[in-house]
Amino acid sequence: MSQMVPMPLNYLNYDEAVAKYEPTLGLEVHVELNTKSKMFCSCSTEFGGEPNTQTCPVCLGLPGALPVVNGKAIESTILIGLALNCSIAPFSRFARKNYFYPDMPKNFQTSQYDEPICVNGYLDIEIATEEGPKQFRVEIERVHMEEDTGKSLHVGGATGRIHGAEYSLLDYNRAGIPLVEIVTKIVGGTGKYAPQVARAYVSELRDILRSLGVSDVKMEQGSMRCDVNVSLSPLDSGTLGTRSETKNVNSLRSVERAVIGEVIRQSNRLEAGERIVQETRHFLEESGQTRPGRSKEQAEDYRYFPEPDLVPVAPDSGWIEALRATLPERPSARRARLKAEWSVPDKEMTSLINAGLLDVVQETIELGAEPIRARSWWLGEISRLANERDVDPTTLITPTQVAEVISLIQNGDLTDNLARQVVEGVIAGAGRPSEVIAQRGLKVVSDDAALMLAIEAAIAAQPETAERIRGGNIPAAGALIGAVMKATGGQADAAKVRELLLKHLGQ
Amino acid sequence: MAAISRDDVAHLAKLARISMNDSELDHLAEEMDLILGAVARVQEVAGRDVPPTSHPIPVKNVVREDLVRPSLTPQEALSGAPAQSEDRFKVPQILGEE
Repeated sequence: MSQMVPMPLNYLNYDEAVAKYEPTLGLEVHVELNTKSKMFCSCSTEFGGEPNTQTCPVCLGLPGALPVVNGKAIESTILIGLALNCSIAPFSRFARKNYFYPDMPKNFQTSQYDEPICVNGYLDIEIATEEGPKQFRVEIERVHMEEDTGKSLHVGGATGRIHGAEYSLLDYNRAGIPLVEIVTKIVGGTGKYAPQVARAYVSELRDILRSLGVSDVKMEQGSMRCDVNVSLSPLDSGTLGTRSETKNVNSLRSVERAVIGEVIRQSNRLEAGERIVQETRHFLEESGQTRPGRSKEQAEDYRYFPEPDLVPVAPDSGWIEALRATLPERPSARRARLKAEWSVPDKEMTSLINAGLLDVVQETIELGAEPIRARSWWLGEISRLANERDVDPTTLITPTQVAEVISLIQNGDLTDNLARQVVEGVIAGAGRPSEVIAQRGLKVVSDDAALMLAIEAAIAAQPETAERIRGGNIPAAGALIGAVMKATGGQADAAKVRELLLKHLGQ
Repeated sequence: MAAISRDDVAHLAKLARISMNDSELDHLAEEMDLILGAVARVQEVAGRDVPPTSHPIPVKNVVREDLVRPSLTPQEALSGAPAQSEDRFKVPQILGEE
């Protein structure tokens, strides 16, 4: 917290800010397509290769090298456009976006400028509010094709950042990976819901892209990145304020926080009688605030011109309609269908969607789990454990593992309590459910399940005794067996308790 | 028509990160203006029925299959680099950018 900004006395919080100012949004999302080869050459797009092992004369921009477009990338982009209700342009061209920065060895990025392949679409989204669900239509300005840049490593300097760096090292494996940019029109009329609308849009977009199978859409790995434009104008003024653009916001939660942060920052500047500067800002993950980056270059500074080395893309209606026929079920329609199929109450469905658990729950059910159990395990125990660790539940355990645990519960091999221990074991990295059960002796017939709980309670109450038994002091077991007999009201088979106890303690 | 001013050249030089002295700026402004003037004459003969073109041959939809082919080795890729380190291209510190 060394960079705390002193707050002025008349500091507005978010609610006060949106009571005086109307936020307007613009969202630009970059998505890496999951083609096998790059946009304009046949180098692999595989993530994580050794530096500069996936380059060639084309993506290194060597003299005389000629690019050829990846047909699959064009089809993926058209699919995205169709899914976003866009018109597909009958004639579209690539353009050179010229800038001198070593992340592109060509000194330009091949992109699209005034002739993008998809234009004028929309995406309907829904958010939960205190007055019930609210729908918003986010209009899409354009969807265009371009290529990703290389990765820079700044060496020298105190923080690994560019300031004070002595030199930079470039790896061009990522340079030329197909990138699609999806740009909204101005999103107004959201009022105080601007942060939720921004998040819901990116979330719905991610679901659509995933359903199309065109991208990994992993925000945390950078295959989907969001730039958030925010401006404020006095309520009912009918004007548009100056916008800031917060770059590379890399999670849904950060999209929401970035909008909140910018509304608060800009409103306080305006309250102080200051001007908003049109600039690029960087999102600070820790504080939810933004800090200024370089001032925005004007569009003409990029000196766009049509790319002479590539021919125009002019999809005919036959091609477009063939692609349209392959569009999968819309995520919103799918959610409505699953809600009905699983008989999920409204509130629980909202929780599943907001937690991003729909896919894993569906997979778990498809693997044989009863819908109600699949839902309650993911939303309950697994989400609780994920919250404790501040991670996404889907990174803790797989649908296959959860389905295995649930099937053992359904067969009566595990009680809910034992299953919880199995899940904890899996999450702790002790292996698959069957391995955890074998290691910890958790898989028991129902009588044993109750005994095991009593045994574990006795061990927890007398850890030193348990340690002595682990160390080989078998007669010490008497104290724990007595405790279990007491806990079970004398109904347990003492020999069985002894056997289970010693086995559990590795004797 | 004097389309390119000395300031335009200075601006372009800055964008291209090329250092230029005063006499070079004057010289280039004059030269680029001449080149633009020569190219502009094409517009005099191109009628409204001639669409602006970006490619000499009227072809469209030339695409390749999404297949991976072998890339250069890092040694080959770096063989023309003025400087390198750790299998990466080494470039001077980048100023004026964040």
